Amino acid sequence: MLQKIYDWIDDRVDITPIWRDIADHEVPEHVNPAHHFSAFVYCFGGLTFFVVVIQILSGMFLTMYYVPDIENAWKSVYYLQTQVAHGQIVRGMHHWGASVVIVMLLLHTLRVFFQGAYKKPRELNWMVGVLLFFVMLGLGFTGYLLPWDNKAYFATQVGLEIAEQVPFIGDYLKTLLAGSDHIVGAQTLTRFFAIHVFFLPGALFALLAVHFILIRRQGISGPL
Amino acid sequence: MSEKKQQVSRRQFLNYTLTGVGGFMAAGMLVPMLRMAVDPVLQPSTAGDYANVGLSVDDITDTPQRVDWKVDQVDGWYESKVSRSAWVFKDDKNEILALSPVCTHLGCVVSWEGSDNYPNEFFCPCHNGRYEKDGTNIPGTPPLAPLHVYDQKVENGILYLGDAKPR
Ligand code: HEM
Ligand code: FES
Repeated sequence: MLQKIYDWIDDRVDITPIWRDIADHEVPEHVNPAHHFSAFVYCFGGLTFFVVVIQILSGMFLTMYYVPDIENAWKSVYYLQTQVAHGQIVRGMHHWGASVVIVMLLLHTLRVFFQGAYKKPRELNWMVGVLLFFVMLGLGFTGYLLPWDNKAYFATQVGLEIAEQVPFIGDYLKTLLAGSDHIVGAQTLTRFFAIHVFFLPGALFALLAVHFILIRRQGISGPL
Repeated sequence: MSEKKQQVSRRQFLNYTLTGVGGFMAAGMLVPMLRMAVDPVLQPSTAGDYANVGLSVDDITDTPQRVDWKVDQVDGWYESKVSRSAWVFKDDKNEILALSPVCTHLGCVVSWEGSDNYPNEFFCPCHNGRYEKDGTNIPGTPPLAPLHVYDQKVENGILYLGDAKPR
């Protein structure tokens, strides 16, 4: 049945070459942990992506309950955590995933660094990776405010004061992030929510696309 | 018509006009969005208004006393009252000084003679930070800057305080 549907579509739009091009390629022996166990270090990039997918899915579901409003944000998180079936699990995935993703990213970066995989011709992908790192830190920073508890509030206060230390533009940067020059409040929360849920994920997708396209064009770096 | 005289080809002309029109449309879309995003930076600051702290100047002594008051805060569409506090006293020159109680180390709240071991000083319980009466941080304790000072004015014998500023 499924085969028939596939054939029917393939007959008309010739989709086989499309997915072949994306999915059908050899895994070189030196990156296959089944051949050399130490090749597991090559998994960290994929694991980072896996956790990113978890973050995006769990985040999407959290927004079904979460409201970015200072009167209700904490209550909505409390509600989804205590009253909603499996809400605790989904929030837990997002909460712990936010840390795990940084750990994986770091391990992946260490592998690339110590294998010298960033060298010519892959310098550009290292730079894209650095941008991905900043986007991820931004997601962690903006997400942390959203539960609107004391820890969130004061962590953001400190983060904004760090932004303020940037030479020349620090004051503007802080106001631009907080939505106010002296209050961490209603406008800060809506801004951080927008950045966390729309702007940075958008940037993340674009950078990931470039990252992966470059990998496919250049191939994985050779054995040491 | 010779080829030479034709400085702009039909193709070039169309390219330029399309780029121009496209750029104009893109700008028309992006400018309102960006202006909206940077609006807070271009708003005049609402900080700095003076508030009546409910203390008569006659009641200010040379011993720091803690005053608490509330200010109206407008945060976009959200209006609320927020608490402020200060340590107020007259210094050696008989001038009123209103110090912010927020420790310049990590932001805990300091108290006048908050520790029995350190009379005549402000004391921060969090990491034993200490300040002289005039707010100067005592070297060797965690704070690296003096306590902030409130802008102040006196009207009809009543103390009004504004923002706490570093000095
Ligand atoms: C790599 C991607 C992401 C990272 C690292 C990340 C990080 C975080 C962090 C640290 C928190 C605070 C959680 C807590 O304190 O329990 C948070 C909360 C939140 N995030 Fe994300 N996030 C990511 C992607 C997303 C996406 C794509 C969405 C939505 C489409 C999203 C929606 C939310 C929501 C609604 C909350 C508030 C609920 C809560 O605090 O549990 N996140 N995020
Ligand atoms: S916060 Fe006051 S001494 Fe650390």
